[in-house]
Amino acid sequence: MSDYYKSEHLANFAKIADGQKELGQAFFSYYGKVFEDGALTAREKSLIALAVAHAVQCPYCIDAYSKDAQEKGADFEQMTEALHVAVAIRGGASLVHGMQMKMHVEESGM
Amino acid sequence: MTFNKDADERLFHAPDDTQAALDYGVDLDSPEAGPKPVISLRRRGSSLASAAEQLRTLGTLDLVDAQGRPANFEQHIADIGMARGLRPAPLEIFQINVGKLCNMTCKHCHVDAGPDRVEAMMTRATAEACLAALDQTDCRTVDITGGAPELNPNFRFLVEESIKRGKHVIDRCNLTILLVPKFADLPEWLAERGVEVVCSLPHYRQRNTDAQRGDGAYEKSIQALRRLNEAGYGQGDPNKILTLMTNPAGAFLAGSQASMEREWKAALERDHGARFDRLIALNNMPISRFLEWLQNSGNLVSYMNRLLDGFNPATVPGVMCRNTVSVGWDGRVYDCDFNQMLDMEIAVEGSSSEGAMTVFEFSPEKFAARRIRTARHCYGCTAGAGSSCGGATA
Repeated sequence: MSDYYKSEHLANFAKIADGQKELGQAFFSYYGKVFEDGALTAREKSLIALAVAHAVQCPYCIDAYSKDAQEKGADFEQMTEALHVAVAIRGGASLVHGMQMKMHVEESGM
Repeated sequence: MTFNKDADERLFHAPDDTQAALDYGVDLDSPEAGPKPVISLRRRGSSLASAAEQLRTLGTLDLVDAQGRPANFEQHIADIGMARGLRPAPLEIFQINVGKLCNMTCKHCHVDAGPDRVEAMMTRATAEACLAALDQTDCRTVDITGGAPELNPNFRFLVEESIKRGKHVIDRCNLTILLVPKFADLPEWLAERGVEVVCSLPHYRQRNTDAQRGDGAYEKSIQALRRLNEAGYGQGDPNKILTLMTNPAGAFLAGSQASMEREWKAALERDHGARFDRLIALNNMPISRFLEWLQNSGNLVSYMNRLLDGFNPATVPGVMCRNTVSVGWDGRVYDCDFNQMLDMEIAVEGSSSEGAMTVFEFSPEKFAARRIRTARHCYGCTAGAGSSCGGATA
């Protein structure tokens, strides 16, 4: 894994725009806007990002939003609860597919 | 040191008339008086108790700016077009640090305050000299800090005299001191005089508050908040302003105070029926006990880089050293409370002496002509949304 993931990638993320400036800039501008205070607070968005980061299992995002959520004023307990939302949805998503299993069993069983 | 012998006598002689007043009816060292998660650097004989050692530690860190040069705050200021360094603005705030004595020993304290710091206590003579110096300025605000400033026997004298002069007075309060029986009347006493109380509370929930200020700090703080509310504080009355002051419980920057204020208000009201008027958010300065914590937790370099990367030119005009005079317990005058703790005495331009000045020979003209002294700790005030005793500056 260490050959693929390097912590300096995160600090240099903006350089991804070197390959395609216009799209890169458009993405980062959009990204910045997404996390501004709006109908949701910046702190709420940061906690959502933290949960999603765990769902997509992105180490860069987990690093970034562990810090960001704290800076936005969330504490460890709140951050852990946010994470459990992702865990519940991931687990629930697996479990709710059990309904398909159940249907197949009921169709083909006696 | 440029003081003559007489001045030394006035500055450093602890007067007998305060000894009786130092009886608080409770041993400040005891847990009942206030949570104490650590022991002061000075009491432990830590090398970081020395300001010179703190400056050396910061100065020798391998930090580089975006251009690859060794990080230098003066250079950063010059790069944004202020080649002559930070220049003083008209004075607005007269900040008096009455001493380092405290009933708590928070982990991040930039003062290294604690119950053992009885040696650092402003005398009546120095308090009177502060008022005489104040009268030479147009400062509208008198900001009284410490330690726990209430522990100084001259605290009420300074408040009364400042109020008489029509000043807006701020008491920088650690909340738990209000539960010491000797200070039970303080919320009403302060309310009657229209003093703004600026109270330290790292977080509106327990975990981060106790992590920074010690087990039990949260519960005591909430009790003290309720006492202030009962005295009329935190209800939107401009003569009874209750400000909460948060700084991060860890190696990260303070968040947006406006955004957090809404959430804090709702949560404290919901969870405790406690109210306050406004929230200010400050960054932790990499000095004294917070510097030690950064070092011991392995966060020092990353935190300094966080401050450096977060340098925000928009914060510079509002840095507090430009509009504040900071006076230490012994009467010496500084650019700010942080320079005070680092023994960085003011530099008066064109002066043959080292520039040191005390309130006993305070000169507003000389003070206005000084060059503000900076070092790497100053990045703490210019990172992110900026940080000052009044909160964000950008």
